[in-house]
Amino acid sequence: MIQFTDVYKRYQNQHEALSGLSFNIDKGEMAFLTGHSGAGKSTLLKLIALIERSSHGQVLINNQNLSHLPQRKIPYYRRQIGLVFQDHYLLHDRTVFDNVALPLVIAGENHREIGRRVRASLDKVGLLGKERNLPIALSGGEQQRVGIARAVVNRPPILLADEPTGNLDPELSRDIMQLFEQFNQVGVTVFVATHDHELIKTLPYRQVILQKGRLAQQETA
Amino acid sequence: MRFLEFNLKNYALRHMQVMLFSLGQLWRQPLASSMTVFVIGIALAMPAGLYVLLQNLNQVSNQWDDASQISLFMQADFTDQQAKQFTDTLRAWPDIAAVEYQTANQSLEEFRQLSGLGDLLNTLPSNPLPALVMVNPSKNSLRPDAVGSLLARLEILPEVEQAQLDMEWLQRLRSMSKTGQRGISLLAILLSLSVLLVIGNTIRLAILNRQAEIKVTKLVGGTNAFVRRPFLYTGFWYGTLGGIVAWLTLLFTLSLLSGPINELSLLYNSPFSLQWLTGQMFIVLPLSGMTLGVLGAWLAVGRHLSAIEPR
Ligand SMILES: Nc1ncnc2c1ncn2[C@@H]1O[C@H](COP(=O)(O)OP(=O)(O)O)[C@@H](O)[C@H]1O
Ligand SMILES: [Mg+2]
Repeated sequence: MIQFTDVYKRYQNQHEALSGLSFNIDKGEMAFLTGHSGAGKSTLLKLIALIERSSHGQVLINNQNLSHLPQRKIPYYRRQIGLVFQDHYLLHDRTVFDNVALPLVIAGENHREIGRRVRASLDKVGLLGKERNLPIALSGGEQQRVGIARAVVNRPPILLADEPTGNLDPELSRDIMQLFEQFNQVGVTVFVATHDHELIKTLPYRQVILQKGRLAQQETA
Repeated sequence: MRFLEFNLKNYALRHMQVMLFSLGQLWRQPLASSMTVFVIGIALAMPAGLYVLLQNLNQVSNQWDDASQISLFMQADFTDQQAKQFTDTLRAWPDIAAVEYQTANQSLEEFRQLSGLGDLLNTLPSNPLPALVMVNPSKNSLRPDAVGSLLARLEILPEVEQAQLDMEWLQRLRSMSKTGQRGISLLAILLSLSVLLVIGNTIRLAILNRQAEIKVTKLVGGTNAFVRRPFLYTGFWYGTLGGIVAWLTLLFTLSLLSGPINELSLLYNSPFSLQWLTGQMFIVLPLSGMTLGVLGAWLAVGRHLSAIEPR
């Protein structure tokens, strides 16, 4: 599902964030991306979401070669990928409902379908009662759940998360991880970047470990 | 087919939603929005108002076309006794509508009044002014060539010293009005440009204010067209509302002028078409406002939107 072959990423300032990276993540797999701060985790996820493009090498996502994807097709490509961020990127002048509905509105879904799927998505993350609230009225954990609900509302086959528990205490972090596991159990390929070793060491998923932009090792727990 | 219909309906519905959403956003910032709308309105009202006035001026000068008149300065020995027969002869000419005789004494009297020289003129040994015959060409010989030929035929009459066509002032008015029209076109272009700039700048600020939203929208798969749409509608509303304000401003200004204008129209016995013009402006102003609004927004969006990409 996610296939990197000898991928390099050099930023404008000549800094090489990723060097000679090759790895695979299978369809329906759940995996962690770990490594110290600055190791290149965010960069790697950005390559998958086409927020950045690789300088060299091949990135194959869901059988699409990203080097061959023209700029104007990026929006449609991104609709296959759910993105979750450390600071949620919620819109603070819109209700929880409207935030979660955004991907469906963009895709041009009709009104009834939007209502149905937004509520289903909020139900999964346990926030069904809060759809009329503004994000500001929610706790940090709840805001992250809204972010997750938005990422999965259009049922993407791939879910990427960049330090989704970075701002949360251990208990809330475990809840969030459980959510990701639930999505994985219904067939979504889940790839989570984190440097929280305590949190993931008990979980039975593979780790892709980065060290200064190179693959350190792949562990199967 | 059902599917296509359904999608079209969906599409139109979404446009309506974005349109109303954009209007709602203007509504939520009433002060800033109305200031922008007023600036646009006044910028549009100015050339429109001048255009309406000029149009009316042209109408008046067209009316005066009919009034073009030939003055015949008679020989010094032409007597009032000859006048009756002379004017009757002229009246019989098919290309002459009316003839009026003014004796030399009347000419002197008129000159006395106009000049204010009064008693000074009494000291003259004799009246230096000739008698005058004013000839109005008939309606269907008002064309320049016809008037010219009439003038030539009048000039060679033995009783006539000199024949003169009183049209120079009309030509002067015409050329003034042409200059005015050019000035207004120039002004309209300049003010249209300023409307573009005002809208462009407003949209630029709106884009900066909503950077976060634009980034998120792009992250979850929003196309450029989707991101652009609300800003285009914002430009649409600013322009259209500005056009309506311009029309109201025009209406108000013209109503202030309606007193003097009515007097003029009574004076020249010509019903001005102010009403028709303002009706026309009710279409033209919002339409040009709308065009400028969407265009300004398009330019601003093209310049600033592509710069905002998720990083
Ligand atoms: N936009 C950028 N321009 C230049 N260098 C960058 C940019 N983004 C990240 N980097 C550099 O690339 C390296 C990897 O960064 P990042 O992918 O954010 O690591 P991580 O997410 O693992 O902390 C860092 O040294 C960082 O300074
Ligand atoms: Mg990072």
